[in-house]
Amino acid sequence: MTDASMQENPEATPHPVSLTAPNERTRKRAKAERRFRAYGIAAVATGLFFLVVLFTSILSEGIPAFTRTVVSVEFTLTEQQREESEAELFKTKAYSNLFISALKTELDERGLNVEINEDAIERLLGKVGGTIRTFYSENPGKLGEPVEFDLAASSRVDGYFKGRVSRDTMQDSRFLEKSDLDLVDALKEAGVIKQAFNWPFITGADSGVDNPGGAGIGASVVGSFFMMLVVLGLSLPIGVAASIYLEEFAPQNRFTDLIEVNISNLAAVPSIVFGILGLAVFIQFMHLPQSAPLVGGLVLTLMTLPTIIISTRASLKAVPPSIRDAALGVGASKMQAVFHHVLPLAAPGILTGTIIGLAQALGETAPLLLIGMVGFVARGYPDGFLAGFTEPNSAMPAQIYTWASRADAAFYEKAWGGIIILLVFLLTMNIIAIILRRRFERRW
Amino acid sequence: MSFVKLSASALAIAAVSATAAVARDNVQVAGSSTVLPYASIVAELFGDNTDFPTPVVESGGSSAGLKRFCEGVGENTIDVANASRAIREKEIKACAENGVTDIMEVRIGYDGIVFASQQSGPAFTAFQPADIYNAIGAKVIKDGALVDNSFNSWAEFNGDLPDVEIAMFIPGTKHGTREVFEDKVLLAGCETTGAMEAMIKGGLSEDDAEDACLDVRTDGKSVDIDGDYTETLARIDTNPNGIGVFGLAFYENNTDKLKVATMGGIEPSTETIASGQYPVSRPLFFYVKKAHIGVIPGLKEYAQFFVADEIAGGSSPLANYGLVADPELAKTQDAIANEVTMGSDS
Repeated sequence: MTDASMQENPEATPHPVSLTAPNERTRKRAKAERRFRAYGIAAVATGLFFLVVLFTSILSEGIPAFTRTVVSVEFTLTEQQREESEAELFKTKAYSNLFISALKTELDERGLNVEINEDAIERLLGKVGGTIRTFYSENPGKLGEPVEFDLAASSRVDGYFKGRVSRDTMQDSRFLEKSDLDLVDALKEAGVIKQAFNWPFITGADSGVDNPGGAGIGASVVGSFFMMLVVLGLSLPIGVAASIYLEEFAPQNRFTDLIEVNISNLAAVPSIVFGILGLAVFIQFMHLPQSAPLVGGLVLTLMTLPTIIISTRASLKAVPPSIRDAALGVGASKMQAVFHHVLPLAAPGILTGTIIGLAQALGETAPLLLIGMVGFVARGYPDGFLAGFTEPNSAMPAQIYTWASRADAAFYEKAWGGIIILLVFLLTMNIIAIILRRRFERRW
Repeated sequence: MSFVKLSASALAIAAVSATAAVARDNVQVAGSSTVLPYASIVAELFGDNTDFPTPVVESGGSSAGLKRFCEGVGENTIDVANASRAIREKEIKACAENGVTDIMEVRIGYDGIVFASQQSGPAFTAFQPADIYNAIGAKVIKDGALVDNSFNSWAEFNGDLPDVEIAMFIPGTKHGTREVFEDKVLLAGCETTGAMEAMIKGGLSEDDAEDACLDVRTDGKSVDIDGDYTETLARIDTNPNGIGVFGLAFYENNTDKLKVATMGGIEPSTETIASGQYPVSRPLFFYVKKAHIGVIPGLKEYAQFFVADEIAGGSSPLANYGLVADPELAKTQDAIANEVTMGSDS
């Protein structure tokens, strides 16, 4: 249509067309491009905005988890007291009572200007009996001599120090009364209650819901570590072997096409499905232990395999055919060509893919839900290397999920702290992947 | 290739450990998320105070836990199922079909179900079961006739309640709490409002009418929460008009955020629940596979430890956390000591 009309009256359009002055259409195109760039910048800015919001909220909520409030006093336990406590059913309570009365005597001697009673002291302290009992069973030689203890304060006292609990909003309850805060203030002045770095959070295992002071993420870091060992040990050889065969040796036919399509499909399967499979096959059929990192690792291997196969095949494809041709040309067998020439060149890509697959598996909770790794798993550190695979343990994301669903706000804070630790691991893994790629990647 | 060697050795290790790990030495527990906090307290203390390893306690809901409990006997099945309701006939049957016949029922105490709203929200301080039924029941009596629930505000059916939009967050059907909520609140409300009578007059049989009473409206005014109480708390936090259903212990841990309402004029507390005055409470249980006693180390000891006076009695850690102690605890202790199973004592 336009061509026809232009031919009809060529004189109608003025002809001084300048190449430097932009005409209407060029201006329109330039405008469209500017608009598109603005959209792009807006998209990036939105992404960055959310990232900043996410990070500030994680950091501001999680950083307090790394400090804790401790009651630091000297305490002496006699041989006889220990025997009496050990004779009870509820031993840790007996230890805790001994500590409370010792603390009261000590505070009475110091002559603080507040009323002190044992109930109030009990409300201020966390669950200290376990810590004391463990200490003396590990160091029986310390019986009868004064030992300096740093014991966790209760979650509400901890919250008072961190600003989570304030005098104005708190309500008297059996957990803490307003008058107790006067005692806390006095003890703070006397240096008995203070804040310290929260080592138990880094090194400890999970604790009961009434003992947030004793909860730590260390054991679940170990659980995650053993799971990642299983994932690495299984998915890397299987994945690499499968992709080398598919890429270099397999004939192109319907069957290999089918396998290829299915690998891509497998990569898109929701991870909870692998958990159901793990429960049915590994636990109910193969009778592997429940809640064990070994089973968790096997399930996550299934999940990671497609990722590794896809990235390995991509990096094998990226090796130029001339390398293979040259190797074959000088008389190498096909296998020699692959293992001596192609695979080393593809290795950085394979490793990057593997690490990213592992990082994905590290943050996965859903499949663990079904094989018993989510819940209260407080076994602590495994007894040995092999036991690490089979003893019940949790994993970092599972531990975070468990904490986030507990009633006491102190656990919520710990969940955020756990996220920081998980992110540190993920970032480290991703940085290693980037470094490997930068150092060893070859471009053609 | 060094990584081939590395992975081969890792494979070998995994295979070896898989075959080495046949005997389970810890008690494996799953079930109700209401019992989970108590079970986790006991599990930690059990690990701290005995030579047995700390039991593993999973969550997932009463029904899910009992389902796994009934999957069979053997080390790859759980030993203990926590439940916030009694086991059902149907479930006992399913258990028996899979060879789980000797089941020990252990009642650990009572738990109250409370209705709470945001601390700074409108004054929801007193409810009757009828109010809750009128708010979320599927069919209610309006102007003398049984109609589909179209109430928008609490004040429409009870002038004492605030004139704000109805928004209730109730436990989802996989929770044992839902059953108690239905029995003690919805059904009671259905009867007192006269909705049940109207349904029976409308041609329903008594059983069908009872079922119909438990239907909740589906227009978004009542939201099923399938997650934990923390999810309900998050919803209440963002909705000043929201009313949530919580366990007593959860509420007591969050008194600075939540305001509790009385039910039938009684304020929920461990005392009113123990005396039976507060109407919405239920017993909490765990179920033990007798066949596993003697096979799984520490199983009987765990059950005994759980209900010991020092752990679940009057001023124990469990009571301190919010469990209402069972006045008949001694009977339960005897039953465990003698390994009494369900059905054998009656």
